[in-house]
Amino acid sequence: MTARLDLERIVDDRRTRIIVCCGSGGVGKTTTAAALGLRAAERGRQACVLTVDPARRLAQSMGLTSLDNTPRQVEGVDPASGGSLHAMMLDMKRTFDEIVEAHTDPDRAAQILANPFYQSLSSSFAGTQEYMAMEKLGQLRHADEWDLIVVDTPPSRSALDFLDAPQRLGRFLDGRLIRILAGPAKVGMSFMGVLNAGFSMMTSALTKILGAQVLKDAQTFVTALDTMFGGFRERAESTYRLLQAPGTSFVVVATPEPDALREASYFVERLDAERMPLAGLILNRIHTSPAARLSTARSLAAAETLESQNDLSVPGTSSAVAAAALRMHAERMQLGKRERRLAEHFTSAHPAVPVAEVAAQPEDVHDLAGLRVIGQLLCEPEVSAS
Amino acid sequence: MISPDTDWDGVRLHVVTGKGGTGKTTVAAALALALASAGRKVLLIEVEGRQAIARLFDCPPLPYQERKIAIGLGTGNGEGGDVLALAVDPEGALLDYLAMFYNMRRAGNALTKLGVVDFATTIAPGLSDVLVTGKATEATRRRIKAGSKDSPHVYDAVVMDAPPTGRIGRFLNVSTEVSDLAKVGPIRTHADTVAKVIRSPQTAVHFVTTLEEMPVQETLDGLAELQELTDGAIAPGAIVVNMARPALLSPDELAAAADGSLDVAGLAAALKAAGIADDDHLAADLAAELREHALQVALQDRARAELRAAGRPQYELPMLTDGIDLAALYELAAALRQQGAA
Repeated sequence: MTARLDLERIVDDRRTRIIVCCGSGGVGKTTTAAALGLRAAERGRQACVLTVDPARRLAQSMGLTSLDNTPRQVEGVDPASGGSLHAMMLDMKRTFDEIVEAHTDPDRAAQILANPFYQSLSSSFAGTQEYMAMEKLGQLRHADEWDLIVVDTPPSRSALDFLDAPQRLGRFLDGRLIRILAGPAKVGMSFMGVLNAGFSMMTSALTKILGAQVLKDAQTFVTALDTMFGGFRERAESTYRLLQAPGTSFVVVATPEPDALREASYFVERLDAERMPLAGLILNRIHTSPAARLSTARSLAAAETLESQNDLSVPGTSSAVAAAALRMHAERMQLGKRERRLAEHFTSAHPAVPVAEVAAQPEDVHDLAGLRVIGQLLCEPEVSAS
Repeated sequence: MISPDTDWDGVRLHVVTGKGGTGKTTVAAALALALASAGRKVLLIEVEGRQAIARLFDCPPLPYQERKIAIGLGTGNGEGGDVLALAVDPEGALLDYLAMFYNMRRAGNALTKLGVVDFATTIAPGLSDVLVTGKATEATRRRIKAGSKDSPHVYDAVVMDAPPTGRIGRFLNVSTEVSDLAKVGPIRTHADTVAKVIRSPQTAVHFVTTLEEMPVQETLDGLAELQELTDGAIAPGAIVVNMARPALLSPDELAAAADGSLDVAGLAAALKAAGIADDDHLAADLAAELREHALQVALQDRARAELRAAGRPQYELPMLTDGIDLAALYELAAALRQQGAA
């Protein structure tokens, strides 16, 4: 029997300093992160939600109208228990620019910021957003103005990109190719010897594909970045350690769909392998029924009975409504059953991972009241069920 | 060649995008099946390395090689043609590009070993995008007799399961993305050739969405971004609404269900007549379900209206409660065809 994920305990535990919501795209990570942040704030914590790509109306409801890379206080939070809620939307390019500026002298920084390769890297590197989200998390944690930071990870192609991005960027910057591009001075003589034949072939190929100017821009960029290599690596490593620390809790969010659960499964295994503190799985938007005692089979049979006994062409008759209600109920039960099976797939593969379930809501969440409902569903399932 | 009467006559490259979780790959696959009717040959391309197409068609992981995975939808005009699939990755596309244009496969392998591909994809995603879209446009233009303008095309249509809505503008706007990096040079020339196909009436970009707030917003944003980035040069295609749920009640009944004025006693009596009289609350519980249904229908209607304002042809695919298997894909393909998508 899978344990229930006790989010209330995690939110209330003062030792929890960071909650990371991860999962594949479209599963409700942002809403979950915002709901947990609000819940924490209204239970007395100084919470900050770091979000990457919120739905417009949700962002507006939290007062996030512009991308300004600074946490803003959210209005309308119940202050009775002394807590507060801040929220911010990540500006990835600005975060990257700030790192560059912090790690090198102004002249060199200006040179890097103007380089076309830097501009491409900072605005669209597959992984920059992930890396910058983690960087910002590190900064917010370091500022120590909040006692709980809830972060929503970017909608990556792979939900794991945010774990890999810092290392990937580090590996890339330390890579052999970069060293070659940065100039022979960086490459040991013996290495050059081995590589000589291949090297000229490679530069000629690169020139053919990219053109000489592109190669030159790339070299300039790499040489300029060279001074910051250490800085990047160190930061990536310290953020990684921060994620592993006991004050961090990862929650994996998934909807009861095959793709989302496969991704969640992969994620759980990966977090385990990286020794990251996994709190559990949030199974979002699961279809339940208040009339679950009426089975699919009986419901369908009854709908058929009504349809054969009555002339349902007259809309508005109770029989027509009842038949529709029964058909809809049957469909909902069937969907719920399928979702249950998919969820069991996950739980049987990962019996030790606690699970919290959140029922599908008929309407989208786009205000604090809606977030409060989700927070309650997440943290107090027994109250919400009654 | 029978020219079917569809909304997309003349379109040979169908780019399918959508927000994560909306069923973009499913729709791309169904569209490929629908286009491959009446003996037409269709290529379905995957570009994100997720092997989602292989999973969908229940076949082994796709290599960088065009491989038959299904037969198109049979119709009154005859049996379905072949559907082939191809998983394009930047590395394979680079090697392909070097071999095809420079006869440099060996150099390509050396570049891969040195991490050049990693370099290109890391430092300048624009470069890897141009290689990937380049492969799709090459397949679109390919003729049975290479180089001969009179020779028929190898593929009657190519369907690309493209990156999600948030990235589609940049992904397709290869020419501009690359020109920021390379003012002249071979990669620039290649990008311009690719852009010519993508910006021609042969290409259409379809957006997949569900009838929920965020996917709808992203679809509208994506359409606007495509228009803005490319100054209208890349033709928007259809909006494909996926996983729609039909309204089971009349508008009046829905209104009553939504505001709680539904005749619960009448419902209970009807249930009793059908042999279901378990307890007093059942009718109320079913009425609560109907209320949620009514709210959802209202939400869907609002979303539909918002989408319609975009002025694109709009197709609708139903939510299939049993999940997506091969049979379901053909069902969706038939629905697309019937609505004029293929």
